[in-house]
Amino acid sequence: MSAIDLSIKIGSLELKNPVMLASGTVGYGNEISQFTDLSRIGGIVTKSVSLRPRKGNPPKRIYETSSGMLNAIGLANVGLEEFIKTKIPFLKEIGSTLICNIAASTIEEYVECTKTLDSEDTVKAFEINVSCPNVKDGGLIFGNDVNNVRIITEKVRAVTNKPIIIKLSPNTASIKDFAQAAKDEGADAVSAINTLVGTAFDIYTKKPRIKNITGGLSGPAIKPVALAKVLEISRNVDIPIIGIGGISNWKDAVEFMICGASAIQLGTINFVNPNASTEIIDGIINYCKETSITKISDLVGTYKI
Amino acid sequence: MLQVDTIVESVEEIQTNIFLLKVSAPSIAAEAKPGQFCNVKVNVQKSPLLRRPFSICEVDTDTITFMFNLVGVGTEILSQKKKGDILNIIGPLGNGFNFKGDYKNAIIIAGGIGAAPFPFLLENLGDDKNVFCFVGGRTKDDLILYKMKNIFTSTDDGSEGFSGNVVQLLQSKISEYDKNETKIFACGPTPMLSAISEFSINENIKCEISTESVMACGFGICQGCVIESRKKDGFVLVCKDGPVFNAEDVKL
Repeated sequence: MSAIDLSIKIGSLELKNPVMLASGTVGYGNEISQFTDLSRIGGIVTKSVSLRPRKGNPPKRIYETSSGMLNAIGLANVGLEEFIKTKIPFLKEIGSTLICNIAASTIEEYVECTKTLDSEDTVKAFEINVSCPNVKDGGLIFGNDVNNVRIITEKVRAVTNKPIIIKLSPNTASIKDFAQAAKDEGADAVSAINTLVGTAFDIYTKKPRIKNITGGLSGPAIKPVALAKVLEISRNVDIPIIGIGGISNWKDAVEFMICGASAIQLGTINFVNPNASTEIIDGIINYCKETSITKISDLVGTYKI
Repeated sequence: MLQVDTIVESVEEIQTNIFLLKVSAPSIAAEAKPGQFCNVKVNVQKSPLLRRPFSICEVDTDTITFMFNLVGVGTEILSQKKKGDILNIIGPLGNGFNFKGDYKNAIIIAGGIGAAPFPFLLENLGDDKNVFCFVGGRTKDDLILYKMKNIFTSTDDGSEGFSGNVVQLLQSKISEYDKNETKIFACGPTPMLSAISEFSINENIKCEISTESVMACGFGICQGCVIESRKKDGFVLVCKDGPVFNAEDVKL
């Protein structure tokens, strides 16, 4: 193997490399494992789990846009009990670091989910989803209010010693305030960004292209926005950042790290190229060789402005 | 299921706006079953971003063929492919037709480009089955008869065959078949599939429908391609639970 040290520390969370798979784009790992070697991936963030199962939104749920897509899945998931019973056993065996994404409609539900999963050894960290734009009861209602983010972080922090990552919304005026609130209340890191609220209409039927009317925009189209948000946090708040948003190749990943991301997550690209994660890890290794980097963490936040 | 770079063998316009795309893909060809589909990246660029799902139309030892109509930017790009071009394909995906079993009459119902999965199915139906192909289109130019056998046609405008839709055509002829010895395989626009589902359930005839939906991944991770289940409260995935369903299992 290469002599390059790809390991990354995010608070107390250690990853073998900075490439992670984003929540909601890898299910619970079993399908994508047929296309890529999950044991090579730095970390896998599971589909948001909620206390009870959610069947999600009615179709149509997705629509392709210019270099991107809108989705309004609505946090469809099997629920906490089924997740522990049927999904964790597979995830235990994959040889990657498991991070559990938690979605909720109430502050109590965030706490209850975290508390229950805290005793699962396989779960190495929590990513708290306060930024899903596609559900009526929760998600952005929390993510758009800095005080709610503060309270959720504080309450979740109180019930686990495992690393906590707060997943932030870009649909806000000042993302740095939310990152600061997460830091103040003891979060180990923030991930940025979740999807941007968007919509599309059929000009003949005059109806929205997705049933939920609005959806979350993702894919290469949002990369410049995501990068600016990562940079904004990096320049203003001293907290590790996991960069997400339109990353589709190793160059994008390196660009996010230069702008301050300690690690990155791949989302929409998993749908298009389910082997993108390993290709990106290989690309990062080559970049390090090419630019004489021996420790990938030395790359983080090396922007010159 | 595999993700492979395939090589284009040929692109042929068999009738106005209807194309056959043949690619060399031995590994997918070896696994493919009638009714399954592949998810095709039409270029290496970020636009169009998503793959395009296509039924597997024909399979030979080393090749698979897709049938498509020109509907948008993705199919426009595909129609211009040349022999030797590389196409990245994921497949075979989903569950195919359950065509083996104890019945005598296989009734094919194809609406428009819904003809696509049937050449592969017909090739694999045993000699012990009597095949009847009911093919519908808006006009006579929309009828796709490629590799169909024992054909009955219908057109919405009456320009060829039965005047009306293909489900009405089947209704007019169903008394000629022993319902207990008959199985229907249908693919076409959603209103057609909805009508054939209601018909087959009411008449108590076995019926499988090949559904379609907008999808991103094609293998179960994006959760985008849901349709409503009739068996449980909730949704099923076209890509992973389908695309072929028993008519009584889903609500279109």
